[in-house]
Amino acid sequence: MLTKRIIPCLDIKNGRTVKGVNFVNLRDAGDPVELAKIYADEGADELVFLDISATEERRKTLQKLVLDVAAQVDIPFTVGGGISSTEDVDRLLQAGADKVSINSAAVKRPELINELASKFGNQCIVVAIDAKNVDGEWIVHLVGGKVPTDIKLFDWAKEVEKRGAGEILFTSMDNDGTKDGFANEALAKLSEIVNIPIIASGGAGNMTHFKDTFVNGKADAALAASVFHFKEIGIPELKQNLKANGINVRL
Amino acid sequence: MKVVIINYGAGNIQSIKFALQRLGVEAILSNNVEEIRNADKVIFPGVGEASSAMKKLKESQLDAIIPTLTQPVLGICLGMQLMCNTSEEGNTKGLGIFDTDVVRFSENVKVPQIGWNTIQNLESPLFANVRENEYMYLVHSYYAKKSSEMIAESTYDINYASALQKDNFYGVQFHPEKSSKAGSKLLENFLKL
Repeated sequence: MLTKRIIPCLDIKNGRTVKGVNFVNLRDAGDPVELAKIYADEGADELVFLDISATEERRKTLQKLVLDVAAQVDIPFTVGGGISSTEDVDRLLQAGADKVSINSAAVKRPELINELASKFGNQCIVVAIDAKNVDGEWIVHLVGGKVPTDIKLFDWAKEVEKRGAGEILFTSMDNDGTKDGFANEALAKLSEIVNIPIIASGGAGNMTHFKDTFVNGKADAALAASVFHFKEIGIPELKQNLKANGINVRL
Repeated sequence: MKVVIINYGAGNIQSIKFALQRLGVEAILSNNVEEIRNADKVIFPGVGEASSAMKKLKESQLDAIIPTLTQPVLGICLGMQLMCNTSEEGNTKGLGIFDTDVVRFSENVKVPQIGWNTIQNLESPLFANVRENEYMYLVHSYYAKKSSEMIAESTYDINYASALQKDNFYGVQFHPEKSSKAGSKLLENFLKL
């Protein structure tokens, strides 16, 4: 049976992890490759690297990082952040990334999804969607949730599926950083209206939140950052806990 | 040992190269017929769309060469699918090595299947020291129907062939290069064949 996936997310700036990593047994807390290896050994099912650098060197640095990760890590990983062309994607996949995640570029030019899906196959195209509940309506936001659009989440989800996205990574801006749990109602609706896997993101605070997003939110995978980076939740314990609660996970 | 990964412009070849490197083997990427023929082991990768991948194989005449190889050949993901008779993806003929057809998952399940699924009824030296119900990483929208050449099966929507073998030809739907220690074990087994 296909298992539910646990995905740690690493924020990358100029080839280093940022946004706080406090990890025991890590020689260098900023080295994404070392952190990735630890997560893979602990039983993470996939990894996401989100590049937030804004330097001119970013392309080369990111490509080098992808190459280093692919050389040393034996589980799949997705790379996102600032990807806006088929050339960008080609470089990253050539370097060994399994999937790429696109966000703002897809909102600005939705045809990009079609182009990427037909060139590389929809299985490697993840469309990341950041949304916020505004007066009872889920609205897509850009630039890490800072800039609202006039696009409704559920309309956009259907459109990205139609255009060839292989997966949707949904981050609720309302839940992100709260540690109060994932946006399960919106997630469950996403799973009903599209027929591609949904990754839940934003709000993980304890192990029950993961169970809830798989059961109530019908999510196929759950992504989190700080609870893993600060060792608040260990991946082996989390997966044991989920298993004990009847969730099918890889052990 | 000389291991050649067939390079026909399809798929995430780098990851396979790295996985072999972790096993101490420096594989060569090549579409050169002589080089492929002279290899001890051949890996036939593939990610992407079936009919355009077949087109690329034909352009380099590899479609005629691959079925005549005599050393152990391992098709991975789309590589395995192309070794079957036909694929519903782009309605293309395959290489006809495995006597089965590749069809799309129904709408009863989310497509593509993405993630870790178990493999059962393991029947090949390829799976030496790989336990029943081991988890492997899969990403695919199409699957090979069960056949007498099946050496592992998985369940998603229905039971399907997640690995096939005929003579020196092996095919796996999952990605051993991305399937952690179990996947690495399988690649190691393949190198020992």
